[in-house]
Amino acid sequence: MAGIEVSAALKQGHITPTELCQKCLSIIKKTKFLNAYITVSEEVALKQAEESEKRYKKGHSLGDLDGIPIAVKDNFSTSGIETTCASNMLRGYVPPYNATVVQKLLDQGALLMGKTNLDEFAMGSGSTDGVFGPVKNPWSYSKQYREKRKQKSHCENEDSNWLITGGSSGGSAAAVSAFTCFAALGSDTGGSTRNPAAHCGLVGLKPSYGLVSRHGLIPLVNSMDVPGILTRCVDDAAIVLGVLAGHDPKDSTTIQDPVKPFVLPSLTDVSKLCIGIPKEYLTPELSSEVRSLWSKAANLFESEGAKVIEVSLPHTSYSIVCYHVLCTSEVASNMARFDGLEYGHRCDIDVSTEAMYAATRREGFNDVVRGRILSGNFFLLKENYENYFVKAQKVRRLIANDFVTVFNSGVDVLLTPTTLSEAVPYTEFIKEDNRTRSAQDDIFTQAANMAGLPAVSVPMALSNQGLPIGLQFIGRAFCDQELLTIAKWFEKQVQFPVIQLQELMDDCSSVFENEKLASVSLKQ
Amino acid sequence: MAAPMLRLCCPGRRWALACIDGCSRHRRGAPNGCTSSRRRGQSSVAQQPFITAQKPRKGEHEWAAVVGLEIHAQISSKSKLFSGSQVHFAAPPNSLVSFFDASLPGTLPVLNRRCVEAAVMTGLALNCRINKKSLFDRKHYFYADLPAGYQITQQRLPIAVNGSLVYSFCAGKNRSQVINKTARVKQIQLEQDSGKSLHDDLRSQTLIDLNRAEGQLRVDANISVHHPGEPLGVRTEVKNLNSARFLAKAIDYEIQRQINELENGGEILNETRSFDSKLGCTIPMRDKEGKQDYRFMPEPNLPPLLLYDTESLPAGADPQQVIDIDRIREQLPELPSVTREKLVQQYGMLPEHSFTLLNEVGLLEFFQNVMKETRAEPKKVTSWVLNTLLGFLKQQNLAVSESPVTPSALAELLNLLDRKAISSSAAKQVFEELWRNEGKTPAQIVSEKKLELMQDQEALEQLCHAVMEGHPQVVMDVKKGNPRAINKLIGLVRKATLSRADPTVIKEILEKKLAS
Repeated sequence: MAGIEVSAALKQGHITPTELCQKCLSIIKKTKFLNAYITVSEEVALKQAEESEKRYKKGHSLGDLDGIPIAVKDNFSTSGIETTCASNMLRGYVPPYNATVVQKLLDQGALLMGKTNLDEFAMGSGSTDGVFGPVKNPWSYSKQYREKRKQKSHCENEDSNWLITGGSSGGSAAAVSAFTCFAALGSDTGGSTRNPAAHCGLVGLKPSYGLVSRHGLIPLVNSMDVPGILTRCVDDAAIVLGVLAGHDPKDSTTIQDPVKPFVLPSLTDVSKLCIGIPKEYLTPELSSEVRSLWSKAANLFESEGAKVIEVSLPHTSYSIVCYHVLCTSEVASNMARFDGLEYGHRCDIDVSTEAMYAATRREGFNDVVRGRILSGNFFLLKENYENYFVKAQKVRRLIANDFVTVFNSGVDVLLTPTTLSEAVPYTEFIKEDNRTRSAQDDIFTQAANMAGLPAVSVPMALSNQGLPIGLQFIGRAFCDQELLTIAKWFEKQVQFPVIQLQELMDDCSSVFENEKLASVSLKQ
Repeated sequence: MAAPMLRLCCPGRRWALACIDGCSRHRRGAPNGCTSSRRRGQSSVAQQPFITAQKPRKGEHEWAAVVGLEIHAQISSKSKLFSGSQVHFAAPPNSLVSFFDASLPGTLPVLNRRCVEAAVMTGLALNCRINKKSLFDRKHYFYADLPAGYQITQQRLPIAVNGSLVYSFCAGKNRSQVINKTARVKQIQLEQDSGKSLHDDLRSQTLIDLNRAEGQLRVDANISVHHPGEPLGVRTEVKNLNSARFLAKAIDYEIQRQINELENGGEILNETRSFDSKLGCTIPMRDKEGKQDYRFMPEPNLPPLLLYDTESLPAGADPQQVIDIDRIREQLPELPSVTREKLVQQYGMLPEHSFTLLNEVGLLEFFQNVMKETRAEPKKVTSWVLNTLLGFLKQQNLAVSESPVTPSALAELLNLLDRKAISSSAAKQVFEELWRNEGKTPAQIVSEKKLELMQDQEALEQLCHAVMEGHPQVVMDVKKGNPRAINKLIGLVRKATLSRADPTVIKEILEKKLAS
């Protein structure tokens, strides 16, 4: 059941917010081994459910989100609830304020189920590099995947072959995918919302930069970060976006113009649409399965009368290296505040302030974060600034201009893959280091962040292995609504199957045994 | 974060900032690279930057000094530059700290409109070119009182550039010669202030106060000396000067020190120094970090600051959302040079008096209020305000606003003097009474103390007659042709009238009588 459906059920009184909340809490417990949540805010959620129930009884519900369970990535500040960024540095840090997006959801009566797992400070593409351990993809336990696997191999240990969710918002993706909530906030700097959405069979929306407030989102790259939305259908994403979008006086980069709440129209005619297929996205690394689904999608639009044309984004190949320079530079700057003085981890060394800083930061950050801080500071050195940072900024402008040119030529949306392939097993994933992985996995998604464009990943079909594959639509800046309208039409055409987790839900005891096994195998 | 700051700095320096320099000679690019400039919890306000002028030293070898000032002035605003926290003097430590000020993760800077307006107004007052687009940058360094690990400033494109300030000072005997000078302003930039570190050496602890609004003005002075016609000398930077007096002392000391050093065959190191106000000298600062690379980068959370003028103002723009330079120009108060010129024109005031009137906060207003209510000559009023009133204030270290004598009372007193109801010396007495502030009007004091001038001609003549009778020797002296002797008689008559008679009237009577 999608959020929009459960909302109707709540309004009609078929289910109460408390019942719904308890249902989700019990699923959270059953799926604990997925490691989707870092903190489960059970008490908060139940209290909110109680309040919501009162409103429904009085007939004063706050809207579509009243009483709907949601989850929030653990890099959004939540007042009174620990916010860790999956880092030792912020273990135990309890913010005194809510991120604007969190506050907006709460103001609409949404129930906050908990804070979801991620790569440390959102630096990663697997949700495998956080201090609380990796997130497991619920599809690893789906009937669809298991049946395919049984056909292929007989002897392999199933539990050691669980799949990654993608990332860095993997916890949010797993949380929605496993039915522990109806929508979740992720963050998207280079694809961190769309990537796990694609791997977990969800809709993953990265809104236009400036449409949704970043106040309270613990930054990775301020100039690219956008709060992301993960849901089970496009309509749900639109509802959440409608609540979140708009100017925030606390974020000077948000648009000034008021944003009206919107309901997505059901598109019946796509014949006036022009769909662009960027030729540079057809890379050798792209799996044949994704490639064939991509063409199938293009054909689908064409067969329904849309104009589908090949377009060029000539600077695409520079995107990864450019992103690396800009991302690490901002990371170096943003991470400078974590010195152990005001909040967060502080080491025991007190020989000098400098020694305390050094030890605190060594203990607080993992290798990935420290590596990016070092690179970033190198790029920002006076002698390197022009050659790296300024150049990368220029390349970023060229990349953004590629999109402007294409959209000015009459293209309405671009259709691209979201990921190179379907989700891979954890054991496979960790063969490469974080940097290599991040660079590979972001190739279709990060350009939209560089250009500030809205982009959405929509699940299209299951692979031969029974795993979800998603495709991405990239729209014009601040044309998020049109983008979602097209995504909704596409969603309706492809009829992506619902994940089948009955076994998982029905047989908790075996799940918990599996969890033990899995966690043992992890430590190796 | 932090108390909003305006930073003004000197031309030729590699620094950001605007500058006021007061060198008498040529100046071009400073020869040296950067020095560490760690901000330490100062904040400052300076609507009017200070100026010091350097004169080439006279002697066998003529020396010229070049001085560039980096002025940190706290903007008079209710809240900080990038956060809603209030700014208060002497507030309890860390009582005015927002989440942003404490650099809590996820918080973002929001530019305070009032600070931008103040910067634009300052720029206009200093004849700067206002940049319609300016940018914010992050300057990185690790220091305990800089919680974000960087300071937001305007390094690349500041809000105002290329200004100048014409200033004058009085020189020569009696300070009667007014000399005009022009200081160039390189740039004005908006900058976040850092926190304040309090070092507890006993417990080897450092305590941090993030209120950051404890000072109003802080100046770093860059100083070098050279022989005219030769390249500029190596400069030193004297940091954290917090009063105009110390600034002047530090610069004078440093110039002399550099000259002595060079004349004795030494060399000047490009270093940062601090000023010891007790010893009156500058000393090298121990700078552990050495040269720092601040790793500047654009502040991504603040879009470019766009300003408009009447021409460029977008149609239908919300006046609350845009800043119109021309509107700020209209609000610009009369600048001091114009006011001084007016005083000279309107009242025939000496230029040096116009300076004194403007240099003391509230004194001009006091003067003008007295002028409104008195028929006395402007010169008389000026003299009373600048000599008597200011003298009393200075003696008791009071501000003009704390004066026990109101402008109305002084006006009334001067009216009594003007219509010769009292003598000048009686007026002084009345002023002293007024200063005691016992709630009496000048007229009441005059009548209680019987200070009215004797208007009764006959009585005066009798007194004169009596004095002459009583002092035949003096009368003889006068008659013998000693013209000064008459003063003695005048004095005696005045004494007999308890100083209530006009000496000129007494003199007339005496002269008449002596001649007969």
